[in-house]
Formats: sequence, C-alpha cells, structure tokens
Amino acid sequence: MKNICLHFSVHQPFKLRNYRFFDIGVDHYYYDDFYNKSNALAIAKRCYVPMNKLLLSLIKENKKALKVSFSITGSALEQFEMYTPEVLDGFKALAKTGCVEFVTEVDTHSLVSVTNNFDEMKRQIQENADKIKALFGQEPKVFKNTGLVFSDEIGEQLVELGFKGVLAEGSDQILGWKSPNFVYCCDRNPRLKILLRNYKLSDDISLRFSNQRWSEWPLTADKYAAWICSSLEKEEVVNVFMNYKTFGEYNKQESGIFDFFKAFVSIIVNNKDVEFATPSEIVKNLQPISVLSVPQYSSNADEERDLSAWLGNNLQRQAFNAINGLQKMVRSVDDAALTRDWDRLQACENLDYMSTKYFNHEQVSSPYQTPYEAFINYMNIVSDFEERLNQYPVSSRFSLLSKEELENEYKKQKELLDELSGVLKKSSETKKKAPAKVAPKKAVAKKAPAKKTVAKKATEKVETKKTAAKKTTASKTAEKKVAKKASAKTTKKTTKK
Amino acid sequence: MKVLMFGWEFPPHISGGLGTACLGLTKAILRQGVDIIFVVPRAYGDEDQSQMQLVGANTIRVKVNQYHFGETVANEQNLQYVTIGSNLIPYVSEEEYFDIINNKVSVDRQFKTYAHADTCTIDLHGGYGGGLMGEVSSYAYIAEEIAKKFNFDVIHAHDWMTYDAGIAAKNVSGKPLVVHVHATEFDRSGMHVNQVVYDMERRGMQAADKVLTVSNLTRNTVINHYGVPESKVTTVYNGVEAIGAKSSIQFEKSVDDKIVTFLGRITYQKGPEYFLEAAAKVLQRKKNVKFVMAGSGDMLEKMMWRAAELGISKNFFFTGFLRGDDVIHMLSISDVYVMPSVSEPFGISPLEAMRSNVPVIISKQSGVAEVLKHAIKVDFWDIDSMADAIYGIITYEALGQMFREYGKKEVDSIKWDNAAKRIKEVYKKLSEK
Repeated sequence: MKNICLHFSVHQPFKLRNYRFFDIGVDHYYYDDFYNKSNALAIAKRCYVPMNKLLLSLIKENKKALKVSFSITGSALEQFEMYTPEVLDGFKALAKTGCVEFVTEVDTHSLVSVTNNFDEMKRQIQENADKIKALFGQEPKVFKNTGLVFSDEIGEQLVELGFKGVLAEGSDQILGWKSPNFVYCCDRNPRLKILLRNYKLSDDISLRFSNQRWSEWPLTADKYAAWICSSLEKEEVVNVFMNYKTFGEYNKQESGIFDFFKAFVSIIVNNKDVEFATPSEIVKNLQPISVLSVPQYSSNADEERDLSAWLGNNLQRQAFNAINGLQKMVRSVDDAALTRDWDRLQACENLDYMSTKYFNHEQVSSPYQTPYEAFINYMNIVSDFEERLNQYPVSSRFSLLSKEELENEYKKQKELLDELSGVLKKSSETKKKAPAKVAPKKAVAKKAPAKKTVAKKATEKVETKKTAAKKTTASKTAEKKVAKKASAKTTKKTTKK
Repeated sequence: MKVLMFGWEFPPHISGGLGTACLGLTKAILRQGVDIIFVVPRAYGDEDQSQMQLVGANTIRVKVNQYHFGETVANEQNLQYVTIGSNLIPYVSEEEYFDIINNKVSVDRQFKTYAHADTCTIDLHGGYGGGLMGEVSSYAYIAEEIAKKFNFDVIHAHDWMTYDAGIAAKNVSGKPLVVHVHATEFDRSGMHVNQVVYDMERRGMQAADKVLTVSNLTRNTVINHYGVPESKVTTVYNGVEAIGAKSSIQFEKSVDDKIVTFLGRITYQKGPEYFLEAAAKVLQRKKNVKFVMAGSGDMLEKMMWRAAELGISKNFFFTGFLRGDDVIHMLSISDVYVMPSVSEPFGISPLEAMRSNVPVIISKQSGVAEVLKHAIKVDFWDIDSMADAIYGIITYEALGQMFREYGKKEVDSIKWDNAAKRIKEVYKKLSEK
C-alpha cells in the first residue's frame, strides 16, 4: 500500500503595532489588537471554520479513510482562544475522530533551532507539546520545525526529546538525485525518520491552484490524483505539506479549492493502491530507504531553501541577535508578561518583513512599506523590552553575572550593609539619650525619614536609570534583601536568583 | 537627428534641480547620437567669450557658441549652445527671488551684469512683476527667429517659461513639439495657482505632440489638472550623474553627534516645517543629534522663529544657501538626509545624498519615491513616522550599513542614459509621423 501524507501547518502571528521611539520606556504594549482580532476573525471565517467542517464531514463520509495532520503554533492557539473559540472546537472535534494527528511545532514559531541554544529550543518545543496534549490529548511523536528548518544537529537533539520522526523540506539541495517520496533517516541518529515535503506537488495546490497563467490551470482533482499516483508507482509516500490557509485564504473559495479537495479525497479513497496516512503511521510502518545527511540548514523558504529568507541581511541578523541575546535574562527574571512578549517577538515573520531579497515581489505580504521600516519598528520594541528587563533588580540575574561582576556586587551590598548597620547603631544611641529631653514621638518621626534616605541611596547604587514608580518597588526588595542578609548573615549564595 | 531645445538655465548658473537635470539629460542625449541646439536665456554675461560666435537674427542678436563640457562627451561638437539676452530669470536663487518680489533689490542689477557681455540689443527694462510675461513673449519671438534660422527635426521645451517659445518654433517650422514637465504650477504654489502661469502651461501641453513628465505623480497632475489625454503623456524618470573625480574630496566629520540634514529651498513646496517638527520630537529623546536646515527661501525666518519657540535652537542649525563643494561637504558629514517635500515632481537631491552614502528619508509625495527602493518613505505630514525613521537610522547601526550597501548600488543604476534612450524613442516616433 502506498501512502499520501497530508500535513497542514497553522500559524497566526501577532502583528506588532506601529511602535514609535517615543513609546520606548513609556508604553509597553506592542500589539495591534484591532488588526489581530479582525484578521483572526476574517481568516477563521474564510478558512479555518469551513475547512475544519469539511474535513470532519469527509472523515465521517469516508469512514475514516481520510487522515490528516496538523501543527499549530502557540500564538495561533492563543488567538483562537481569544478571538475564535469555534476554531479550537473544530480542531478538538477533529482530534476525537482519531484520524487527525497533531504534530509538535516550535511554540513561538521562532528560529530558536539555529541559535545552538538547544535548552531553549527544547523548552519551546516542550511548551507546544504540552499544549497539544492538554487540548487534544495526543502525545508528541513527530516534530515539524518553523519553516521546516532541519539539519543533522537539530535531528540529534530531537531524538533526545523522544521524537521518532521529523518533517523537513524535500529540497534539491539536500536530496540531489534522490526522490523525496521515500522515508529517510537522520545521519547522526538513524532512529529519527525524516519525511520530506514533495514541494512540487505541495506547491501545485498552495501556490499555483488559482494562478490562471499556470500552464496546468485549471487543476482538476483527477489530474492531480493522477500525478500523485504516477509518482507512487515506484515510490512509497507522497508528503504534501502546506499552510492551512491554502484553503480559503491563499486560494479563495471561488477558486473551487474546497470542491477540489473533496473530489480529490474521494478519488484517493476509491483507489485501492493508495491510502492516506498520518506522519506517525508512516514513521511506524515504513522503513527508511537510506541515510540523509543534512550538514547545513535546509528550509522551505524561497528558491534557496536555506535561512536567507530570515537571516539573509544585516538587519535581520542584528534583530535576531538582539532578541536572542536577551534569552538568559528573560529566563532568569521569569516574569509572565515579559516571557509572553519575548515569545511573541521571536516569531520569524518579524524577520521575514526585513528581507531585502524580493523587494519587488509581493510574496511576503508585509504590513511594512519597506524592510527598513519593519526593522525600525521591531528594534524600537526590542529596545523597550530590554529596558524593562534591565529594570529588574540585579539580584534577579546574579546567576548570569561573571565572577568579577559578582564580586563587585558583593562589595556594593556589603558597603550598603555596613552603612545601614552604622545608621541603626546611631539611631539606637540617640534613642537612649532622647527620652531625657525630647518626647518619644518626635524621635520616631525623625528616625523614619533618615531610614528612607538610606534605603534610597542604596537602591540608587544598585541600579541606575530607574523610573520613580519602579524605584519604590525596587527599594522594597532591596530592603528585604538587606534585612535578610543582616539577620541570617549569609554570604552571596543566598542571593541566588 | 537634430533637436532644438529650449531651456531656462544651464551650468554654471544653476540654482535648482532643473539646471542639473538639463545638463545630465543633454549629455546623455548627445551620447545617443542626437544633435542638440540648446537655447537658453541668459542675464549673466560671464560665459566664456572665446568660444562664441555672434549670430544676428534680424534685429535680435543671438549668441551661438559651442558648449564644451569639462569631460569628454562623444558628440561634443554636436551641441550648439545658444544664449539669448533676456531678462528671463525664472529660477533665481530663492532668496533673490524673494527680494525681487518685495522690491528690496531692483532687477537692474541683473541687467548690468548682462550689459557687460555686450552682446545683445534687446531692450531690457521694467520691473520683474509685469515685465516677466513680456520677457516670456520676447523669448518666444526670438525662438521664432531661431527656428527660421536653423534646421532641426524635433523641438523640446523644458518647463513653462519655454513653452511659448516651443509653440512659436513649432508654428514657424511645423516640426513636432515635445514638452518636458519638470514641475507644474500645482507643485510650486500648492492650491494658490497663478492663473497666467497655469494658462501658459496648459497652452504648451495642449499644443505639444508629446508631453514628458518626470514621474507618474506629475503625469497624473498633467492628466487631471491640464486635461491632456493620457496617451499623449509619457513618464521619463530623471537620472543622476555618476560621481565625478571632482567630488572625491573627502570631508572629515568633526563632531561626534549625528547630523540630520534638510537641503533645499525653504519654501512651502519643500515642507521644511515638517522636518523641524520631527526634529523637535527626536530631540526630546536623543540629545546628541544635530539638525541642519541648509538653503534659503521665504519661510526661513518663520522656521527660525519656530525653532526658537520649540527651544531646539541649540541643536538646530541654519546654514543659508549652499553651493558646489559646500553641498558635497554637507552631505558627506550627514548621517541622514530628509526630503519632506509636500509636492516634488521628481527630486534629484535624495539620489545625490545616496551617492554620498547617506541614508535618505523621502516623502511619498515625491516622484523619486516611485523609483527608489532603498529609502524610507513617509507621508510629508506624518511627523511621527518621520521622527521615528530619523531615530531609527541614527540609533540602529545595521540600518546605516544596509543603506550604504544597497543605496549606492541602486543610485548607480538610475542613469540619465536610460532617460535619454526613452526620449530618443519619442523623438523617433514623432519625426516619423
């Protein structure tokens, strides 16, 4: 039996709002809610809701012969929850049929896999796996990276995470003369099977279906099914991976895409030699035909099928480094709002918009006029984000500091402690003398401001450039810390975290 | 093929974009193997006498000389350069213009310099105001004489003052007329259109066999405001001269601060007030920036008052009108060049800035925005966007690098030769008719 593996990736990025430099340090909200909401509603109406319905009815009609798989990013799930819960219900209903597999994604839709920060990569993958499990009750078995980015090194890490298979791009660059219509295995660890996207047959639907200038237009279900069957004559599996928006969004309803899909499914279901299968089934049932070595990153982006769509120019690289450079800080601070913003800012669309490769092409529907504006907007936001991170007391990032920095910090705090104990001594001395002449009430009143100024001084020493509002909270924490130190007489070890 | 071309300024006496454009265009057309008789009204009289011949055309004496470009141009000998004595000073530097309008300076000054040249017998008298139109018609009269005297295939007239001359030449010779619109009255005056000038422009465009515009922006104006049929209007984008050896002089920047430059006439059309307001916004956040407004014009005083009012005079500088090397100097020390024009038919200056490796911010209401990719485009009134773009370029270094990398390449591809090729095609089609 030959297989067709259908995979639909679902992603809804959070569009950033027009963020001016004078917002830096003033306004910490980065998203264009109005656009995001109306966009989510519009796409749900045109694509997600009708296509979910169609899939559900086709699965029922064909007695579970239709099998598909999805990958859904965290931001898409979040937007469904916020704006269009009916879409989420649709996916849940599909999950219950048992014919739909949910493949694990990078939750943030980021390019974390190319940063060599594998801990962070694992965290972002795990996050998506947890969400999928909570929503759809499925254990992760197969992984799909952002933009189908893959390399041997990534493959090795995936095995450690317990994945049995991975979806990747069947690009000519990595395949050479080989065919994408077989299962391969990873060079570094043969236990990981690789399913390669047949880009020709996938793009025939997603990119070319409604292109009237295409020589094969109009694409009928018969014609398409014939192409698939002919490639399967000698080969094993055709992997058709596409963006879920192919249905109703890239190809509008009027183009007949829904009817096409319906007809295509019925042709395949009635064909005795070919059947639909989920990625997990393929990984389980098919044996790899050979080892596939991918020493360099491959992806599904542009003709180059590499990272150049996201990291092709200086703007993109600088923006990418700027946001990724904050990873350790974000993790050590562990603030819910900051983590959420950081997750969203990592989404690779932000880098897409800065691409200068296809200036004239309108392939990437960028909300920005030029890549330069995209970059400025993004960097303004990152600047604000960084400022927010820096406002956290140093104590929150002790673990990140070098030995020298720690020593300096220790010195500072110690000086502070000495100063404080000195003031305390003085005040207790004056207290003893005071009752003789002055009323006790006055003495207390005098003491209070003195303490405050010391505390303020202390915080000023610890942190510079602070807003008034933050100052008070910070000074409280500093006071606490000092108090802790004084009482327990502990060393810097206690100030971890 | 020979073209009779009417211009209104030509190097070395240039005060605006038109002179530069005419020079670049003429050179490129010559390279295309087309001969040119260039007619230009002159009130200076300091041109190189050694190359001149005097030609009398009836009672009007006209100078014909071979114009020599500093560098080698293939068909140099094929450019005949005709100057006619006339008080046509349409594009005097804006400061002078302003003074003349307000009768602060008598126009006689202009005549005197001319009189030295001792080459003309046209009566030159009267003030600027009423006399201007008279001068335009006398220019047209001279054009008629020239048209009788010379042989040519096509007539090419640059901007409104020469349109009547073009029409006159056409009537005498029966040759096709090409009218080249570098700017319209709507660009110059906003909605306060001078009816006489408008009529003259309209007359020229209607009489022309082909109207060339410097951008689609101008093309739309011509079609919508002058009632010219679409098929008659063609857009030919301007180019920019490749940087010569002359400008290889390097200027060192002597301050650490970032420099943001506005360079142009300080008039309504150029939108200086938007630059000023954007500067104030940037200065609220960043102190180590210097803003320079180079140029002169009727809004200069107002701008100075406004800068003082906003309290940014410490970081906001006015240089007055810059010429020659000063312009190159200014550009080479700039970190950002801003052209916030309210209405700019084309706008060569951002290209010159990019040629000097300066990132540019241009208004969407400019023709050059249609051709440039590696520039930030904002609406002229959107000072928030403008301020943000300025801040972005001076703050995030990768941007400057990108502009240096791509901007220069792009500018080098915008050549006069491309414009000349298209214009030659237009000539061909017309003369074949």
